[in-house]
Amino acid sequence: MSDILILVFEVVSKHLGSLRRVVAEPLGAVGLIMVVGMIAGAIFADFLTAFEPTRISPRDRFLEPSVVHLMGTDQLGRDLFSRVLHGGQIALSVALVSIAASLLIGVILGLIAGYGPRWLDNLMILLFDAIKSFPTVMLALALVTLFGPSLTAVMIVVVLVNVPGYARIIRTQTLALKSSQFVTSAQSMGASTARVLRVHILPNSIGPLLILASMDIPVVIAIEAGMSFLGLGVRPPTPSWGAILNDGFTAIRDTPWIAIAGGVPIILTTLGFTFLGETLRDIFDPRLKRRA
Amino acid sequence: MILSVQDLEVAFRVGPWFDRRTILAVARVSFDLSQGETFAIVGESGSGKTTLAHAINGLQAISGGEVSFMGKKVEVSRARAVQPLRRHMSMMFQDPVGSLSPRMKVGDLVAEPFVIHKIGKNLKKEVQRLLSLVGLPGDFADRYPHQLSGGQARRIGVARAIALDPKLIIADEPTAGLDVSVQGEVLNLLNDLREQLGLSMIFISHNLHVVHHVADRMAVMYLGRIVETGSTEEVFRAPAHPYTATLLSATPNPDPDKVHDRILLSSEVPSLLDRPAGCEFHTRCPWVQQRCFNESPYLEGGQLKRVACHVPLEPGARPPPKG
Repeated sequence: MSDILILVFEVVSKHLGSLRRVVAEPLGAVGLIMVVGMIAGAIFADFLTAFEPTRISPRDRFLEPSVVHLMGTDQLGRDLFSRVLHGGQIALSVALVSIAASLLIGVILGLIAGYGPRWLDNLMILLFDAIKSFPTVMLALALVTLFGPSLTAVMIVVVLVNVPGYARIIRTQTLALKSSQFVTSAQSMGASTARVLRVHILPNSIGPLLILASMDIPVVIAIEAGMSFLGLGVRPPTPSWGAILNDGFTAIRDTPWIAIAGGVPIILTTLGFTFLGETLRDIFDPRLKRRA
Repeated sequence: MILSVQDLEVAFRVGPWFDRRTILAVARVSFDLSQGETFAIVGESGSGKTTLAHAINGLQAISGGEVSFMGKKVEVSRARAVQPLRRHMSMMFQDPVGSLSPRMKVGDLVAEPFVIHKIGKNLKKEVQRLLSLVGLPGDFADRYPHQLSGGQARRIGVARAIALDPKLIIADEPTAGLDVSVQGEVLNLLNDLREQLGLSMIFISHNLHVVHHVADRMAVMYLGRIVETGSTEEVFRAPAHPYTATLLSATPNPDPDKVHDRILLSSEVPSLLDRPAGCEFHTRCPWVQQRCFNESPYLEGGQLKRVACHVPLEPGARPPPKG
């Protein structure tokens, strides 16, 4: 088990090293700037704005964007720019942590299902399908009933929803690759199972999964927003993009800037992570790279 | 003696659980290989050549008999005992590009045997040495497999195979998918290395010209069984099994004056699920006789050659007219 953890860690660290190649692609550079900008905005939120994201100021309700309030204020007079930046903290941490956890668990389960004995594979597929058959909202309601509304509940829902799909992708790839000649060739040299999985199967199967995972990040942000709206996730007054969007939704005719403040970050994050995901795919799979 | 294969059997179970059947892909195959010797295995597709190669390397579980390499038994169930043996026995696979891991650079691919067996300090230097040994420039280390031609990829395969100075190389169709001039280069390379390093080699092929060129001894396989085996010279001079004679007569001869006298077989290869009784070649044999229908022949003969046939052919025999 620890071997597999080391394996996953090594793959991740090796791929961090390919950052330079991401920047070399125009699309990757744009995506990276957007993603880094988002993360920087979230991390340095307290330095970038003088306003508390949760301070209510009844006199400043529904102020239009101005030099003081860059994105205007909402129905309680809270500064939207500050709320967007702090909402980014919530969104990104939920998304990154839960996607990373889903990837780790999904990859390990997928490799076991694909490379292990047939009966284990069948059993795991049955489990994955059982979990997948639950609608997300039902799963969320059930978990919140068990653990109470919290960020952790949101993350557990995301992991449960994502792991079956991730594991299936890795399993299918592993099944296809385990009888390929380069895998047989490595085995004939005396490579251990851990080495075969880590060096030969994982790098050749993780490409599609990384694109899917990076494209799932905005989906997770939507899940977080949706659950927060239902009162199952982040509770008010903690800022969340989903909550801001919902605040603005009710008043969109008179004060559209509130909905814009909630929606634009979601759009930009979606685009940023998609660009980044596609560039990563190109790097992981040199054969798919477009010829210059 | 470096390798000894005794009564080797490989069985596969096929079909759904209510109709599970067993097929023998390799049936009672025995042969020995001594140091520095090249042994060729020929036969048509599906005759069990590749399965045999996998069984010798321990990639394929065997259902009977035994394989011993350098005096130690090769068994799939004892992976820890097999791994160190594999250091001395390397394999080359049919597809030159497909046997190279697509996301690794050539340098890493050539260094892989060293990494697996934790041997060698300066891997960069070893890679350069091996690349020059197989006649490739050093900057190939930075290429990916998909940037190589078939011949170049095959050379990388050779470099990987000889990396740890093995005692035995099992080459499964090393010339498949290469054009003739590249085939020649690869064969000469293998021949040179074999002489320099004193390797033994199992050479699997369906190209009889190539076999004649490289092998000291050979075996002809049909439906997973050896039907004729002996020194290459002797088998080519006087093929005694009708199947061998047929194979040899099917090889194109470059001499335009020589009459091309092919022996033609009537039917298809029988299914392994439904092996013919008696001599398994009787369904296709032009020389078939009454006893061939129910009596199985044994591999019999002397030092030079052994054959599994009730009525071994004389050199130059022609099939009797049909009637």
